[in-house]
Amino acid sequence: MPQLLIICGYLALLLILGLGASRLFRGTSQDYMLASHSIGPFLLLMSIFGTTMTAFALVGSTGEAFKEGVGVYGMLASSSGIIHSLCFFLLGVKVWKLGKKHGYRTQVQFFRDRLESRWIGAVLFPVLVGLVIPYLLIGVMASGTVINKVTAGTIRDGQVVGGTFEEGTFPQFLEQAKNPKSDEPASFTYGSQGGVPKPLASLAICGIVLIYVFLGGMRGTTWANTFQTLVFMVLGLVTFVVIAWRLGGQESFWASLQMASSSIPLEKLTRTHIPPEKFFTYMLVPLSVGMFPHLFQHWLTARSAESFKLPIFAHPLFIAIVWVPCVLIGAWATSDLISIPPPVAANPNAVLPFLVKQLAGPVLSGLLTAGILAAIMSSLDSQFLCLGTMFTEDVIRPLYGQRSLSDRQQLLIARLFIIGIVALTYALSLFEPRRVFTLGVWCFSGFSSLFPLIVAALYWPRLTKQGAYACILAAAGSWLWLFCASDFAAQANFTVNVPVPIAIDLDGYWQLMPVAAMIVCSTVTMILVSLLTRPPSQATVDRFFPKT
Amino acid sequence: MKPAYGVWGLILLLIIAHQDIWFWEDTTLVFGFLPIALAYHAGISLAAAFTWYLATQFCWPTDQEPSAQGKETP
Repeated sequence: MPQLLIICGYLALLLILGLGASRLFRGTSQDYMLASHSIGPFLLLMSIFGTTMTAFALVGSTGEAFKEGVGVYGMLASSSGIIHSLCFFLLGVKVWKLGKKHGYRTQVQFFRDRLESRWIGAVLFPVLVGLVIPYLLIGVMASGTVINKVTAGTIRDGQVVGGTFEEGTFPQFLEQAKNPKSDEPASFTYGSQGGVPKPLASLAICGIVLIYVFLGGMRGTTWANTFQTLVFMVLGLVTFVVIAWRLGGQESFWASLQMASSSIPLEKLTRTHIPPEKFFTYMLVPLSVGMFPHLFQHWLTARSAESFKLPIFAHPLFIAIVWVPCVLIGAWATSDLISIPPPVAANPNAVLPFLVKQLAGPVLSGLLTAGILAAIMSSLDSQFLCLGTMFTEDVIRPLYGQRSLSDRQQLLIARLFIIGIVALTYALSLFEPRRVFTLGVWCFSGFSSLFPLIVAALYWPRLTKQGAYACILAAAGSWLWLFCASDFAAQANFTVNVPVPIAIDLDGYWQLMPVAAMIVCSTVTMILVSLLTRPPSQATVDRFFPKT
Repeated sequence: MKPAYGVWGLILLLIIAHQDIWFWEDTTLVFGFLPIALAYHAGISLAAAFTWYLATQFCWPTDQEPSAQGKETP
């Protein structure tokens, strides 16, 4: 029960913060969506970092390290430190400059202008929203799992002991679930286990984030992001120390660290099961930040180009601070120092909350859970806000014209659309869960496949609107095809196998991440179609590529 | 050589250094607790932070707009 009270207290605190930010809200859609371009370096760093570090970073990385070992850090964290900052440097600053100059609020507005195409949004908008939904799904699913696991009881001799709620407190459909690895009927042991049922917990988190986003808009979201990023970084480190100490069980922290790590099975310390070519193509996944619509919106909030400097060089450091402890914790969970029960082992998303619950006391585990939820919510809020902005700016305003809707009406429409998308995501989260990490990689891969488009739009004057349409369709088509081929992410280790001579690889093929195939598809299509079609007008070229 | 070329060279070097096939099967624990695959890549993150700091100092575009007139925050 103390865990639940602490979680409720934290959520109440967030609502108060949202209310506080709403007092600063200037009442205009410009302030609601872009905080009137007033965000300085520190808040920009915290909001960008908080937005990019999702459930994927905490819950996902721990779960993936539990399954695959410590190589997970190299696959996504260190590569993100290089690639994310590259995107902020080469794309973010330039986008901010153009956005400030021409008054853009969304990606579609920029592309519409740059490509001289009124209808580019009709193709790009559904693709972007379609890719944001799995991203939202990661947060919604993980928040339910985390709250449930921390408030649940433990299983002894097949029975649930010490849960927050007795069996029968909630309707059966909320309390019972099936073991995904057997045909046994649904049971309490594989369901809520005496914790807050996942669907209820996810619903509560969606509701809280919606309220503070609606109250404070971008300014509230940025403040909430900063607060939550600080919370999850500090509490994340506390979690690491507590888990290391309790798991290692030695007198000193240092000795406990050594004891915990020396117990990791050898196969989890190496990357023998990860083909080097797969590891290499993983590096393409972080390119996704170049096309995240919510990050695009955060870039536009910057007060000046100088505001980007701190986020560019501090981002890789922050990634290390969050990911190194999470990956170590996931690897420790594979050791014989702790027994992971089958329901938890079957769902890697539950590994981190399980360890927190087992190894920290009730009060501390409540606080640590608040930290994990902070990471999840600091991404959900930006995504919610961005969806509303995109719908208003890219769909409603072009349809109804500039003057037919008041600011108040625009805000109302934005909020209704956000509620619709959140309801859809929530409904999807009720189906069979996927590994947060796997789902995240698919989602990021889709955005990465659109990366060539933003690069060409900013740096290649010869890009034509036909080339852009072809690029988007090729990216969406290849993503859909490969996603279906992976049984909708059910095959966690799905790769695209390219035949190569045995002299190069003894297996006779290279196992590449699907993102590599998608990027090749979208890039080749974009370049070929652009070169075969009429170049953009000289006026557009002069506007976007002024001679210095 | 202009410093900017050096910085872009360092970034390329980071991308190459990231493919550490030489530690693929190494089970060494650095300081007795940090698996070498993790320690090496944590080092890559630190090197990336330093390299990007250099980039903001030596490769920063000079044609940026003046600051916006919005309300200032930290």
